[in-house]
Amino acid sequence: MYVLNVNGERRSVDVPADMPLLWVLRDIVGLTGTKFGCGVAQCGACTVHLDGRAVRSCVLPISAIGDKPVTTIEAVGKSASGQKVQQAWLDIDVVQCGYCQSGQIMSAAALLARTSNPSDAEIDAAMSGNICRCGTYVRIRAAIKQAAGGKAEVLQTIAPTGSAGAP
Amino acid sequence: MKLHEPQADVVPVADTEVDVGRRSALKLSGLAIAFLWAGTSGTVNAAINARRQPGDAAAAAADGNPPFAPNAFIRIEADGSVRLVMPNVEMGQGIYTGACMMLAEELGVGMDQIKVEHAPPNEELYSMPLLGGQITGGSTSTRGHWEVLREAGAVARTMLVTAAAERWHVDPSTCTVARGTVSHPGSKRTLGYGALAKAAGALPMPGKVALKDPKDFTLIGKPLRRIDSVDKVKGVTQFGIDVRVPGMKIATVKACPTFGGRLVGINDKRTRAIPGVIAVLQLDGAVAVVGEHFWAAKQGLDALDIEWDLGDNATLSTAKLREALADKSIGGTPIVAREVGKKPTDGKLVEAVYQLPMLAHATMEPLNTTVWVTAEKCEIWVGTQVPTRCVAAAARITGLPEQKIVLHNQYLGGGFGRRLESDSVEQAVHLAKQVRYPIKVIWTREEDIRHDIVRPMYHDRISALLDSHGRPVWYGDRITGGTVLGRWAPEAMGKNGLDDDTVECAAQVPYDIPNLKVEWVRHDMPDGLIVGWWRGVGPTHNLFVVESFMDELAHTAGKDPLEYRRALLQKNPRSLALLNLAAEKIGWSSNALSARVGRGIALGEPFGSRVCLIVEAEVTPQGEVLLRRAVAALDCGIAINTSSVEAQVQGGLLFGLSAALYSGITIKHGAIEQSNFHDYRSLRINETPLVELHRIESVEPPGGLGEVGTAIAAPALANAIFAATGVRLRSLPVDRAALVQNSDALKRVIADSPAGGELDPRA
Repeated sequence: MYVLNVNGERRSVDVPADMPLLWVLRDIVGLTGTKFGCGVAQCGACTVHLDGRAVRSCVLPISAIGDKPVTTIEAVGKSASGQKVQQAWLDIDVVQCGYCQSGQIMSAAALLARTSNPSDAEIDAAMSGNICRCGTYVRIRAAIKQAAGGKAEVLQTIAPTGSAGAP
Repeated sequence: MKLHEPQADVVPVADTEVDVGRRSALKLSGLAIAFLWAGTSGTVNAAINARRQPGDAAAAAADGNPPFAPNAFIRIEADGSVRLVMPNVEMGQGIYTGACMMLAEELGVGMDQIKVEHAPPNEELYSMPLLGGQITGGSTSTRGHWEVLREAGAVARTMLVTAAAERWHVDPSTCTVARGTVSHPGSKRTLGYGALAKAAGALPMPGKVALKDPKDFTLIGKPLRRIDSVDKVKGVTQFGIDVRVPGMKIATVKACPTFGGRLVGINDKRTRAIPGVIAVLQLDGAVAVVGEHFWAAKQGLDALDIEWDLGDNATLSTAKLREALADKSIGGTPIVAREVGKKPTDGKLVEAVYQLPMLAHATMEPLNTTVWVTAEKCEIWVGTQVPTRCVAAAARITGLPEQKIVLHNQYLGGGFGRRLESDSVEQAVHLAKQVRYPIKVIWTREEDIRHDIVRPMYHDRISALLDSHGRPVWYGDRITGGTVLGRWAPEAMGKNGLDDDTVECAAQVPYDIPNLKVEWVRHDMPDGLIVGWWRGVGPTHNLFVVESFMDELAHTAGKDPLEYRRALLQKNPRSLALLNLAAEKIGWSSNALSARVGRGIALGEPFGSRVCLIVEAEVTPQGEVLLRRAVAALDCGIAINTSSVEAQVQGGLLFGLSAALYSGITIKHGAIEQSNFHDYRSLRINETPLVELHRIESVEPPGGLGEVGTAIAAPALANAIFAATGVRLRSLPVDRAALVQNSDALKRVIADSPAGGELDPRA
């Protein structure tokens, strides 16, 4: 029996010691916002915060957590950086299929919590563990900058430039 | 599957001579063309309709029985709430938002006033007109629904206005609508749609309804936020994998690694000793473990001793498949897709062979299905591009009538064509039949890649004759590969056996070339190796070959690739405008580039849209490719949501660039070698270039968008690499070894690496 401190609540879970946090969250606690993508920490879809740091929950055994607080996508909006990131994600309309976005937002929120104004290289370092097959990376980068700077990133590059010639 | 009955103005043309004008008038291509050009007749037309259909009453009754449900898409309650039923599925392409914009534009409601629902499986009500079935694919959703969804909104609005006008005893034409309210400005009276719902629901269907003049659009053409963003950002969107049914257990599965292999037997002693393991289930070619949770199921599966019969494909390899394909390209019987004029006797001959690999889809959400089979019914929860095909399959497997199969479609964590297949659903139903409780079957990523239904491999022999100015006077392309359509919808194959998808964007090129011959040689893969649709379908394959070859021709002619294409586009002003726009925006002729940096152009007309992409790439001395910039020019006709247009081109491009840089499925000992994102790599944010989109406004009907970026990506990249290195890549993915500057470059990377080999902090 383990006692999990997740999103500010204590949850007792009777699971094997080697069970990854991902499956405890999804199948036992019932928090399905954290996603399964690869099971080997390659894609980042399962990213949660452990004591404020972004970790891959698919390879984190429950027995390694102890009493460290776990935050998932369902509660990240309660933190200042999480709220800013979610708002920027909406303002820039980052999501497509949306499946990887829980993990993207968790990685971005952890980045901004410790680096208030990240450079492109810092964004690369923090976010390159999160795969998005829809290819929303251009907007992810813009959204992180917007969340950090509070300044609207001009993303909308669609620029009507005249009319088409007659076919 | 039912196929679309050609519209009155769609005349099937002879297979050897495709009417290009008519095609572009229809704004169709790709998958849709493959279906339409099948020229079927006499089949039941299952196209969707803006007005009430015989099946509508039952569908509305099952959907909360709202007082006003004038058609399959609109439900208005007495309290004024508006629900819109989405005929297509949402897998990231933004169609829920686009469909809502088309409906809401004419219905007269705000995007903040609506809720959306997944359509239930129902061919009569939700069949895509261009595909003749309830299918989301082929970049058809906007093209196929552009008229009918606006009309559906207009039908509802007309009835609500009529109801208000009757109550007020005024002329309906003196009423206006906005934000779910009918107003009569003359008498300053207003009524909400909720108050009118019951009366409107009792009215007869209107005849012809007026659609807005595009200049009056308030939603269409604007960059609007997606209707599914808020939930997705909060992590509360329910994807198929998130479904939780009371009493549900979780299963994971392993199929025989070889194509078509069988399960001989298992020893499950160690598995059954694992806490949380509930059952071990066997199928013909697979075994599954059911657990209280995924971890128990996965541990249980890993602990199984399994004996497989590897079957006839046990020695299959990529090399053998390639060899057979190349042989067929020479010895096989070609089917002529298009032939114009005759091959001249003189000119400079240029020839090349291009090869494309098999590809997996690797949707972020691994395949999964939740199924509950009882004696009375079979209930399925899944995100699928083909809900009615899944229902039919489940009926076949359970022996239940289709009315007893209840399928709840879900948001899809990516589709890319993989969820056009029902194999994983069928497998889950087979497994669920063996137990009495609901089970959610989740494929591991390893299973997802090893048992993908892959994009076919291709072997194309392309050639051209150049006149003394270097212009092509003849172009020939012999495409050899498998057919997806031939398995997926054999009735849609051409009478001469042609799979039109295999020649899309090769049989018709934007350029003025007087003589040409494009043909296809069918080469089926060995039994058990099934090939499937992959984002961009035929155009993704053909545009790489044709646009790379155009670059080869320019090089042979000693011409700049931009000038060379310009000269051949003088009769095609819409595409010429795109070429010029992209070139201007990237500064083609003005900016000097450093050594081993190059730019590559690709131009195409896929899916009823037109696109030109210029990629700027740097190739390191060690052969690594760095994407620096991608500038796209697009003419997609009328844009519905300009923000989605941008997102689809950006994302589609990155999907295509990712595949070109990294992706190739290979086979060894009859099994797929790749298994997860470490060996089936995907582009990451640190490898992503700046992507710019410039759109030419147009009043033409909308073109497709979900696959346009993907289809045009690879040739622009390969041409940029050629410009940077002089190395012509005639196969994908990019072969870095071929791009190494010289042997010293490889030594240098070792000498330059930081002492101590600092660990990657991202790991």
